[in-house]
Amino acid sequence: MKLKGKVAVISGAAGAMGAVEAKLFAQEGAKVLLGDLVEEDGNRVAGEIEASGGQALFHRLDVTKESDWVAAIAAAEERFGPVDVLINNAGVYRTTVIDQTTVADWDDIMAINARGVFLGTKCVIPSMRRAGAGSIVNISSTAGLVGNAVEGAYTASKGAVRMFSKAAAIHYAAEGIRVNSVHPGVIDTKMVEHLMADPELGPLVMSKIPMGRMGTAAEVAKMVLFLASDDSSYTTGSELVVDGGYSAQ
Amino acid sequence: MFAREGARVLVCDVLDEGGQAVADAINSDHGQGTAVFCRLDVSREPDWVQAIGLASETFGSLNVVVNNAGVLSPETITETTVETWDRMVAVNAAGPFLGIKHAVPAMRRVGGGSIVNVASVSAITAGKLGAAYHASKGAIRSLARSAAVQLAGDSIRVNTVFPGPVDTPMLRETYGPSHLSRFDTQHPMGRMAMPEEIAHGVLFLASDESSYMTGSELVIDGGWTAQ
Repeated sequence: MKLKGKVAVISGAAGAMGAVEAKLFAQEGAKVLLGDLVEEDGNRVAGEIEASGGQALFHRLDVTKESDWVAAIAAAEERFGPVDVLINNAGVYRTTVIDQTTVADWDDIMAINARGVFLGTKCVIPSMRRAGAGSIVNISSTAGLVGNAVEGAYTASKGAVRMFSKAAAIHYAAEGIRVNSVHPGVIDTKMVEHLMADPELGPLVMSKIPMGRMGTAAEVAKMVLFLASDDSSYTTGSELVVDGGYSAQ
Repeated sequence: MFAREGARVLVCDVLDEGGQAVADAINSDHGQGTAVFCRLDVSREPDWVQAIGLASETFGSLNVVVNNAGVLSPETITETTVETWDRMVAVNAAGPFLGIKHAVPAMRRVGGGSIVNVASVSAITAGKLGAAYHASKGAIRSLARSAAVQLAGDSIRVNTVFPGPVDTPMLRETYGPSHLSRFDTQHPMGRMAMPEEIAHGVLFLASDESSYMTGSELVIDGGWTAQ
């Protein structure tokens, strides 16, 4: 078991990718706090983990609110002990054409995708110091690496995650806290359902993936697990692309 | 590590004695026939043909190739002879090229595979010494991306690991203590990597756990190039 005895906090854990990560982590021996806005789904996933013999706790978490983060980390620590692993997985995806993007849209995307990662990192550090070390995995996107025509604000928010991860990695390296980013390509979840169903954009996006298929949430979760575990003990400030070759072109 | 995870391994090197010793140790730990040693000069095409043929013949199939062999020469550009340049490029760049070239037909026969190239952070950022080394590692990086895009349709994945300073005899003998001390003082983690920390990354990319990764770059450098 790669995470035996570790305490993990996962944001956006009621969504497709977060739920798969939470279940995989529990299978690998972690005690998992699932944070999400969607209480019903979050409680259900936590219940499923407990029913299969794992340890899980749901806590309502709006990643844009500092007080929510403080409460979630405290709840994890109270139930399970100091936090060893944080997965900043929560995110929102919207296609936005730049000259038609409202400031409200921009702020919303930046608040969830970028401020959320900053706040999670900020609030978990004291707990990781008590644990003596830690691993933070931030979910960015291939949109944080290469540009595209329809995702202006999303691309900016994911670029922020990429560079923030490196800054945090260097700042906390001496304390044994590692910080890395994962950059999934097009993953077969609800988030991209709308995009891939578009009669023009869907086939265009698919034609640009060398592997010729979308990735699965499980394929991303295995990368996240690698970074969360001690198998990656010398990896920090790195960016791991899981995209079927999309951004290698 | 690969043998421990259930693989049968063709151990290749130009060093017969050392290579045979590694294969013998694997066989004594994991059973006879787990590992076979084969002499391989990665810069020579006939050696690759022979090694890939032997692996396919001995084990029945070939699923993974790790292009790990490499040489290091810490010289400035003006000190670098054409001989040194050619040797760096032959081992560090032509080696992986030939490995990929000859692995592909064998991997196609079994419906796919995973190729892992070991580059270096020297492919990403430069130091003052070893221009030829940097150039040769930059070549692998681009070669791997090209191969990944080209071979995705064959279900052959190609990825690259970029180790930072690893505590090996190669590094210690090449540089000596005064140069290596910068890895303690100027390095975010303040230490070099252990070889096992690199091997875990190579294993991840070799295995099906990385099934949606191709053309990707795994940097294992303790934060060195994030700065």
